Amino acid sequence: MTGRFMNPERVAAQAQAFAEALSRLGEPITEAEAREIAARHQCECREGMFALAPTRRGLLGSAGLIAAVGATAMLPRASLAKAPPGAVEYQVPEDPTKEPGRLMGGDEGYGSRSQFETDVRWVNPTRTASFTPLQASYGTITPSGLHYERHHAGIPNIDPARHRLIIHGMVDRPIKYSLADLKRFPTVSRTYFLECSGTTGSEIMKAREPTVQRTHGLVSTSEWTGVPLSTLLKQTGLKPSAAWVLAEGSDAAVMTRSVPIDKCLSDALIVFAQNGEAIRPEQGYPMRLFLPGWEGNISIKWLRRLEVSEKPFYTREETSKYTDLITTTGKARIFTFTMEAKSVITFPSGEMNLPGPGFYEITGLAWSGRGKIARVEISTDGGKNWSLAVLQDLVLPISQTRFRFPWIWDGTPAVIQSRATDETGYAQPTHQQLIDERGPLESGPLFYHMNGIQSWAIAADGSVKNVHPT
Amino acid sequence: MCIPRDTLTRWGQVLSKTIAVAFFAGGLAFAVPIGLAHAQGYPSKYDFGMRASEPEIAAVATAIPTDGKGLPPGRGDYAAGKSVYEATCAACHGADLKGVAGLPDMPSGGALRLIGGRGTLASANPVVTVESYWPYATTLFDYIRRAMPFSAPGSLSNDEVYAVTAYILAEGNIIEKATVIDAETLPKVQMPNRDGFVPDPRPELFK
Repeated sequence: MTGRFMNPERVAAQAQAFAEALSRLGEPITEAEAREIAARHQCECREGMFALAPTRRGLLGSAGLIAAVGATAMLPRASLAKAPPGAVEYQVPEDPTKEPGRLMGGDEGYGSRSQFETDVRWVNPTRTASFTPLQASYGTITPSGLHYERHHAGIPNIDPARHRLIIHGMVDRPIKYSLADLKRFPTVSRTYFLECSGTTGSEIMKAREPTVQRTHGLVSTSEWTGVPLSTLLKQTGLKPSAAWVLAEGSDAAVMTRSVPIDKCLSDALIVFAQNGEAIRPEQGYPMRLFLPGWEGNISIKWLRRLEVSEKPFYTREETSKYTDLITTTGKARIFTFTMEAKSVITFPSGEMNLPGPGFYEITGLAWSGRGKIARVEISTDGGKNWSLAVLQDLVLPISQTRFRFPWIWDGTPAVIQSRATDETGYAQPTHQQLIDERGPLESGPLFYHMNGIQSWAIAADGSVKNVHPT
Repeated sequence: MCIPRDTLTRWGQVLSKTIAVAFFAGGLAFAVPIGLAHAQGYPSKYDFGMRASEPEIAAVATAIPTDGKGLPPGRGDYAAGKSVYEATCAACHGADLKGVAGLPDMPSGGALRLIGGRGTLASANPVVTVESYWPYATTLFDYIRRAMPFSAPGSLSNDEVYAVTAYILAEGNIIEKATVIDAETLPKVQMPNRDGFVPDPRPELFK
């Protein structure tokens, strides 16, 4: 074994690669946090209700042009060189009714958003996850470019012409499918939420993150189109002892998870489209597994292989991670797939500022991996009294439901909360109920499947903060 | 006789199409083929895709189950593993296998730390490592081979993966330093937390 390993050139090259990887990985969290906070405080709309959205100044500042920020803020927008992500910078006429608008086709056939819209995904300091800006969400669909991300070894760039999905193992006929093959099958489109099982996990013991993007941003909703996995398994046939399916991704983590066969034969999909176009590279292009209502990690992206087996493989991602340690017993729950009912108020939420007493429409999102949302209740007094919110129709199963609640704020401090109940009768618990059930967790692994009731405290000055009510 | 509702609906559609086409075309000759095409519905078998050959499957089917089936030839021990570890793993996982001070850890904590933590799981500050938490040694081999080292996954030989597996297990006091790890011995390794996992009891009934 020594030959290849001891080659000094290889060792040196590897050391260099490590040094580079480490410098990327090793950016101290504190430094990244400081940058983030600095960028936030440069926000020129700090006084506004929707203060969180970084403005052009914030974006330029965080891009390393902090010195230029002061000067450019004084200039008209048209003189700025850079449009926000997803937008193109155009001249702003004095009066848009007095000159023709730009010709069509300048975008080469693929449109972009307004240069005045700046909401973006927030990327964590280790650059392993990005969070949907829920505070600026409307309705229930997450734009594909704002869908949350969680990658374990980066985003692979895959040529669909070279990609194959192989289904083998305890089947009668092992088959490989190209993307073109997959698209010839009868397809279905379904609107489903997807949520990382680690979402809000760090919030269990105390309120840590400042905004709803950073507490709850690892959940998003898309319309997904693909082929039922049951259709494909009908083609390969299944041996009588088939009980699990190992799904494997084609990324550098070669991510693997074991899936019970019952799920594969019920609502599991092999998805190739999201919100009416090909799924984004960050979401598994050219194809991903999608297991409705289950923790995001198991819906393997960049899917290249399905191995039908008798037993689960006990892969790293289903043993050392994505298991729920019960700290009162020291035992861990394994194969905890379902995402239980959860909700969060997106407006008003952390770091916003209400300009004064008066009418506000409280709004947010509710979802359950077990089916439809039956009701959402709102409290404006820290959980003492609850009233029903209005649910936006259509209420879809395993999807996000928008709720709304009219509220007159009298200007005194208030704690607002939402509590979802799904069609099975399961009601979203408090943090304390979860801690009583699973034990406290100060440090160590994540508190997965944390669906506790979120509280936002509104101070007399209108500022909104993430809190745990006493 | 009981006819399923969708069958009735389908024949209703066929009938209405037949009537419509007959009305416009002035004859049943066009209507019958259209009606039949609609009634065919979806087949259950499709001839898309190609049969996957044994070599094609073997090239990617490298996942190792807990019984060790499919473990490749090769072997490695503590001494060989130590040199692999020091050159390839220590930069992130630390010279003492307990992570690197100042390095941000993975989001869920403790991923870079490999050993220690026994006896801490039933506490509010559990230290979750290969030694204290992982139920199967086969998972360690499988994961190193598929995803490590982070900057060059899949670059280690099978001997190197066996060796570094042996090194981590021995440093975690799970095997003796003299133990050679190969396809035979790896599945027999008894991990300390082998019985530490329970099925999902949810939905929880909160008090």
